[in-house]
Amino acid sequence: MSVLTHLSKKPWSAEKKRDFIAGFLFALPWIIGVLVFQLYPMGASLYYSFSNYDIPKPPIFIGLKNFIDMFHDRFFTQSLWNSTYLVIVGIPIQLAYSLICALLLNIKIKGQALWRTIYVLPVLMPEVVLAILWNWILNPNLGILNNLLKIVGIKGPLWLASPDWSKPSIVLMQTWAVGIMIILYLAALQGVPEEYYEAAEIDGATSLQKFFLITIPMISPVTLFQLITSISWALQYFTTAYILGQAGGSLGAPRGSTLFYGLYLYQVAFVYLKMGYASALAWMLFVISGIATWIVLKVSNRWTYYNVV
Amino acid sequence: MGTTTTGSVSRVVRTKETYQRPLMARLRKPGMQAVSYFTVITVGILFLFPWIWLLSTSLKPPEQIVQIPPRLIPNPFMWINYVYGVTSINFPRYLLNTLILCAITIIGRVFSCTLVGYSLANIKWAGRGVLFAIVLATMMLPGQVTLIPIFIMFSKMGWVNTFLPLTVPAFFGDAFFIFMFRQFFLGIPTELTDAARLDGANHLGIFLRIVLPLSRPVLATMLAFTFINTFNNFQGPLIYLKDRNLWTLSLGMQGYLQRYGGGSGTALGAMMAGAAMYTLPMIVVFFLAQKWFIQGIVTTGFK
Repeated sequence: MSVLTHLSKKPWSAEKKRDFIAGFLFALPWIIGVLVFQLYPMGASLYYSFSNYDIPKPPIFIGLKNFIDMFHDRFFTQSLWNSTYLVIVGIPIQLAYSLICALLLNIKIKGQALWRTIYVLPVLMPEVVLAILWNWILNPNLGILNNLLKIVGIKGPLWLASPDWSKPSIVLMQTWAVGIMIILYLAALQGVPEEYYEAAEIDGATSLQKFFLITIPMISPVTLFQLITSISWALQYFTTAYILGQAGGSLGAPRGSTLFYGLYLYQVAFVYLKMGYASALAWMLFVISGIATWIVLKVSNRWTYYNVV
Repeated sequence: MGTTTTGSVSRVVRTKETYQRPLMARLRKPGMQAVSYFTVITVGILFLFPWIWLLSTSLKPPEQIVQIPPRLIPNPFMWINYVYGVTSINFPRYLLNTLILCAITIIGRVFSCTLVGYSLANIKWAGRGVLFAIVLATMMLPGQVTLIPIFIMFSKMGWVNTFLPLTVPAFFGDAFFIFMFRQFFLGIPTELTDAARLDGANHLGIFLRIVLPLSRPVLATMLAFTFINTFNNFQGPLIYLKDRNLWTLSLGMQGYLQRYGGGSGTALGAMMAGAAMYTLPMIVVFFLAQKWFIQGIVTTGFK
């Protein structure tokens, strides 16, 4: 205590000391929590990542070997690609679709509240049910989607059973559940001042011009937020892929096309029990996540517009 | 458009009342109205259809499930699928487990997140800036990095295959909710807390008698979020709950896949029924929470 009181210009009053103790005590659960559930595990997993830690044997330090092995590990490459696919294909589609839905839900029609609920409801479906339901909807022969396509004369693909279509199928599933993105975009749309559109109309702007020159820039901060949170979410994608793997017979079926990074990490840690390598994978994910976020933030300076009035 | 005359000059003035946005004016024409309705409804049906399909399949007799072309409305409604849904896996047990986890987690969070939120918002002490920065930093951390050491730690403590790893951390705070309570508490007018101070209340008293009672909307929100997250949580239970008796409902859904082999075919009715029953509480809580939240704001008179 005396160290802290010496750090400040004046000695602490009795009240300030009391407040410090009170503040500390009230925050104690979190302080303990950070030490036990954040700091210690981060240090430990960093150490494990430089070790061979095959449960139940104790960890053996091996330096950078885990990371070197990673680059020769075809499952690492494949799972990284699978997760990257979700980011570069899935996210733009989801952003565009949720923006379109938000625009639709912004139109004043009767029953607007009802439709807003309907568009957002898929978010409430548990991931396990999402996997089970869509596994059935996308069933190649018996599922409703291919049978509906048959009516219009299209022979539907094998969806989740095909290595080429499995990831697009998952993107389709996730795009159905973009409710939260829709809510955020809806809020953002409602925050755009009407005067901007009116001024543009006076100048003779077309609808398309208004959309690209007013709407998009004005909601760009929200787009940035959605982009960053979606990237981190996509890289950790687990539950739905796991259940689909169960239904399909093996994790990452077919032929590893749905082996996402989070899934592979789980497999290495809890099926193969190689905690050292798994920790290395986890840190690699952290680094990649960080780099991706940093790149997005850097690039965003060009296309985000913060409303400085 | 209105006109005004100033002196001898007549000007056309566009006032806010007389000016109609061309887009809105165009949308009000019957043709555009119809297009709007059509688009919103069509996209809405896309969103709605999987739900309908879930319910439809859950009520179908086996032969109608695999019928080609598929039919939308089962005939007759096979309500007994719901009975099969509850009996073919240990549904009641899994539900009970999930509810227990929910309850303990909520209690833990109410305890820890409110206390820490108060510390960050209402107590002026030296550490609160740093601690808040840590709260924010934690939210950016991907769970995978801490997953393995925490598992090994719990494993050495003998806590694997119990509810403990899934509930005890809640008593030590959760960054998101600490953030939420901090922001909310910051919004409480200082007159209220100052008045209590003058009456000689200490921090604990202010916390329990003034700040907490005003927090009903936020508590309701946290309750709803936690309920939904616990119900939905799969990876946590997957890693820690080995005994079937301890399974949560999310793990239990796998039981259908194992029993009915891969999630396709005639026995899907029971599985879809089980899935529907599993989803229902989430929806109910969501709507209740909206009500509580609004009620909370109204009754506490808090903006």
